[in-house]
Amino acid sequence: MMNNAAQIAETTEQAQQYAIRTEKLNLWYGTFQALYDVDFNIRQGMITSLIGPSGCGKSTYLRSVNRINERLGYVRIEGNIDVFGQNIYDPSVELVQVRKQIGMVFQRPNPLPISIRDNILFGHKLHSGGRASRSEQDGIVEDALRQVLLWDKVKDRLNRKATELSLEEQQKLCIARLLPVKPRVLLMDEPCSALDPKGTAAVEELIWELRGKYSILIVTHNMAQARRASEECIFMLMGKVVEHATTDQLFVSPQSQQTADYIEGRYG
Amino acid sequence: MSEQNPSSVEIMDAFDRRDLAWFIDKLVQVLVFIGGISAIVFIIGIFIFITMEGFGFLLDTLDFREFFMSPWWEPTDEDEPSFGILALIAGTASVTGLAMLVAIPFSLGAAIYIGEFATGKKRESLKVLVELLAAIPSVVWGFIGLSIMNPLIIELFDVPVGLNVLNAGVILGLMAAPIMTSIAEDALKAVPDRYREAAEAMGATRWQVIFKVVLSAAKNGLLGAVLLGVGRGFGETMAVLMATGHAINIPGSVFDSVRALTATIAAELGETAVGSDHYQALFTIGIFLFVITFVINLTADLIVRGIRNK
Repeated sequence: MMNNAAQIAETTEQAQQYAIRTEKLNLWYGTFQALYDVDFNIRQGMITSLIGPSGCGKSTYLRSVNRINERLGYVRIEGNIDVFGQNIYDPSVELVQVRKQIGMVFQRPNPLPISIRDNILFGHKLHSGGRASRSEQDGIVEDALRQVLLWDKVKDRLNRKATELSLEEQQKLCIARLLPVKPRVLLMDEPCSALDPKGTAAVEELIWELRGKYSILIVTHNMAQARRASEECIFMLMGKVVEHATTDQLFVSPQSQQTADYIEGRYG
Repeated sequence: MSEQNPSSVEIMDAFDRRDLAWFIDKLVQVLVFIGGISAIVFIIGIFIFITMEGFGFLLDTLDFREFFMSPWWEPTDEDEPSFGILALIAGTASVTGLAMLVAIPFSLGAAIYIGEFATGKKRESLKVLVELLAAIPSVVWGFIGLSIMNPLIIELFDVPVGLNVLNAGVILGLMAAPIMTSIAEDALKAVPDRYREAAEAMGATRWQVIFKVVLSAAKNGLLGAVLLGVGRGFGETMAVLMATGHAINIPGSVFDSVRALTATIAAELGETAVGSDHYQALFTIGIFLFVITFVINLTADLIVRGIRNK
């Protein structure tokens, strides 16, 4: 039996370990309920993948972590998501601050139709009020592009339109432009589904590189990718979490029959 | 090929049979083709007509220098008629310019509201209303200029005449705004939603999304909308005739009365002898207007198309 002080110490320690804590999250699109009592914690500095068949709610969950779901206007949410100890659904929370902390990469690369350089600086200018000098900006651009292993390829054409890049490069740019505002969490919604195998490998490698610096939550349709590129794995089905374990464990010895059937490809 | 199977011969016959559906199909193709090229035929026809009517004057009598540089439009002067359209150009340009100053903020604001903020029923009913507004006959606008704006301007600014550049500019601006709103809204709608989503996910506020992403991505379409408004301003006749005061004058302020190119043709053509210098001079103005609106509309169209093809 643990004494109280030790218990409290343990909970605070746990709280620090977790980047995202989700409590009883229920979500409705109009009258359709997409998430049922989702309840899990995402470890800090790790790559966690969310897998499950189409319509299982994995993207919906991801999109509620930076509250981008609310663009739709007919979404209703109950429950809490804590990011580093702050409930992002608290009424006093400012969306802009939430999204600054939590970067998102989309399924289709979506660089803005402006130059590569301006894409990288876009978020930074929003949040710093555009006070950086030219040389500071150059530094920011170089640093961000180096982190996504793109600097050598694009350093001579920073003023070209970002939409002229290949899809793989666009997706890397979309990751790079999040970094200057120093987010703590990166959300990735099937970041490789529009890319060919070579591009997929390159982006996966990049995501692996970013592990540790950022807490990464990645939704994927591709089980092999979850297995290759994540440390923890969550399996969802019909809006509910079925299993949450380390990736090795989940794929080698799944606890639930539903998980076992899914990873063996019996449905989905 | 000595012995041919009779049943295969029958099939071969059937292959080149033309039934009623084939003839209907051909007929419809021809009719649709005629309909399709009719626009080209008409525009060329109109151009040929006004050129023929004005061309003799253009070649023989017309002094280009005088025509474009002289402010004296005195076609009915008995001793020495002069055909200078500078004052008329100034009239049209000043009214159109002021109209754009009025119309651009209105139409851009309306387009942004309809395209980016309004949702559901509000959006649909606003779009219908804007289209209704575009359908108001120009004579009604002219009437408003004459009977409402005129006394209002006299009272507000304490000027002797309320039929002037200000009056016509405001009326024309309100007239051009609906069509500009429609086109501008189309341009905003053509901006892919993933740009907005990307910017919002990075923490941009709604205004930042609109200003930094949507407007900059839609700038060609918006420019096209403005140019179409300018084209409308140059071509508008009735409202301008009623609201400008119809006095030949190079305006020094917005309270001066002016006369527009279009209004001159409308007011004078019925009173001239067919084929006279005056008649042909009016047609030359027609050619000038035709060329200007054609160039403006073509440019606008090319700009709008340019952004779609990208």
